[in-house]
Amino acid sequence: MLKTKEGARVIGEMAANCKIDVCACYPITPTTHLTEELNKYYADGKIPEYITVESEFSALSALVGASATGARTFTTTGGQGLLLMHEVLFSAAGMRLPIVMLVGNRAVSSPLNIWNDEQDTISQRDSGWIQIYCRNNQEAVDSLPQAFYVAEKILLPVMVCVDGHYLTHAVEQVDVVPEEKVHKFLPPYKYPLKLDPENPVSLGVYANPTHYQDFRMDVVTDMFEAKKLLIEAGKAWAKISGREYGLMNAYKTKDADRIILGLGSVMDNVFTVVDDLREQGEKVGALHLRVFRPFPAEELAEILKGKKVGVIDRDISIGGAAPLYLEVLEALNGQKAEVSSFFGGLGGRGIKRSHIKELFDKMKGSPVKEWITKEPPKAKMNG
Amino acid sequence: MNIPHAKPGTSAENLTGEWKAYMPLVNGDKCIKCGICQNFCPEGIMGVVKKIPEIDYEYCKGCSICANECPVKCIAMERVGE
Repeated sequence: MLKTKEGARVIGEMAANCKIDVCACYPITPTTHLTEELNKYYADGKIPEYITVESEFSALSALVGASATGARTFTTTGGQGLLLMHEVLFSAAGMRLPIVMLVGNRAVSSPLNIWNDEQDTISQRDSGWIQIYCRNNQEAVDSLPQAFYVAEKILLPVMVCVDGHYLTHAVEQVDVVPEEKVHKFLPPYKYPLKLDPENPVSLGVYANPTHYQDFRMDVVTDMFEAKKLLIEAGKAWAKISGREYGLMNAYKTKDADRIILGLGSVMDNVFTVVDDLREQGEKVGALHLRVFRPFPAEELAEILKGKKVGVIDRDISIGGAAPLYLEVLEALNGQKAEVSSFFGGLGGRGIKRSHIKELFDKMKGSPVKEWITKEPPKAKMNG
Repeated sequence: MNIPHAKPGTSAENLTGEWKAYMPLVNGDKCIKCGICQNFCPEGIMGVVKKIPEIDYEYCKGCSICANECPVKCIAMERVGE
């Protein structure tokens, strides 16, 4: 059913449709409205348990415990909140707990900033969480049930990453698949090994050098296995919603000589610029990477080989190359492709269509590695 | 897909004896069977009091507390392997 609603609130509606057992949240901008919604659904009895906690570290710790008893669990955070969860992120993945978290992407301190970039989630890429990036609120809402579907089959936690403010606070029309259909898509969660006094086990235990690496290797193997499940979930979701999802959205890439690749909401702008430039006869394309972990290296190489590629990173690795750019380079290792790195758009500095046109122009020449949006936008004081 | 977990009682499968760099050796002739080492041993692997200690080397981590506490200094710590 089509609804005109603010991003964070419509995501809350879908979260409640997913039959969550336990929520534990510590509200933080830009997903405060989502915690409000979850609280409301708890008050209405639609979410059976909502634990108010004193920090994000506690929020995720509470869900580790809840998930280990076999409950379906959900939380939300972003920016500093996600950084405070850092230690527990690794525990949740290593314990194979299918927790789902909605991250409202936010810049990290210092300086303090509440606006959008993707530094927070990119910095958690090694933690063992599947990462899905959303182009718009429709993708965000549709990705939640798919996240539970994949998490509960492969037993790995999932972050659904939504650009803070750009999406969380955007009011747009979104089709929300009704509860009954979501329940059909998402069967009740059955954890194969849960905390149960009748059949006691210890989870998150100590492992000697004789065992530790075996478990880590197992997580790596299963993370790559999750690619198949993500595609399976995207196809199954298409059957009930009419919208199919995969590891990426390739837009007019087949005959393109230049392709811009990136994560999240900025790619909606890139898609529009592709349309504009195509009208002028330029052979350009765009690729939105929906799934960053597991990284779909072979699938990307298939589309990007022989092309000029520009990678937008709204995140940096201080003292090294931009993270997404590096991963794309690695995927294209041994292929003929020219890859440029464009990094910037940090802390809410918007990447406008005029910027993207400039990037496509620049890509006509030799590959570059450079900052974008170096000039702050001019404030409009009058008219 | 392997969920790391442990059933009750299985911690005994971790043979912590391989951690040790020094092993305690008891001189039974000097021992006065006071039971101090057996009470102080954090692993509880030195046998029962009123008897000369019988050390379970599969679990002894080589912490030297027994040798340190022994009032008659009848426990020597010897380097293990190289």
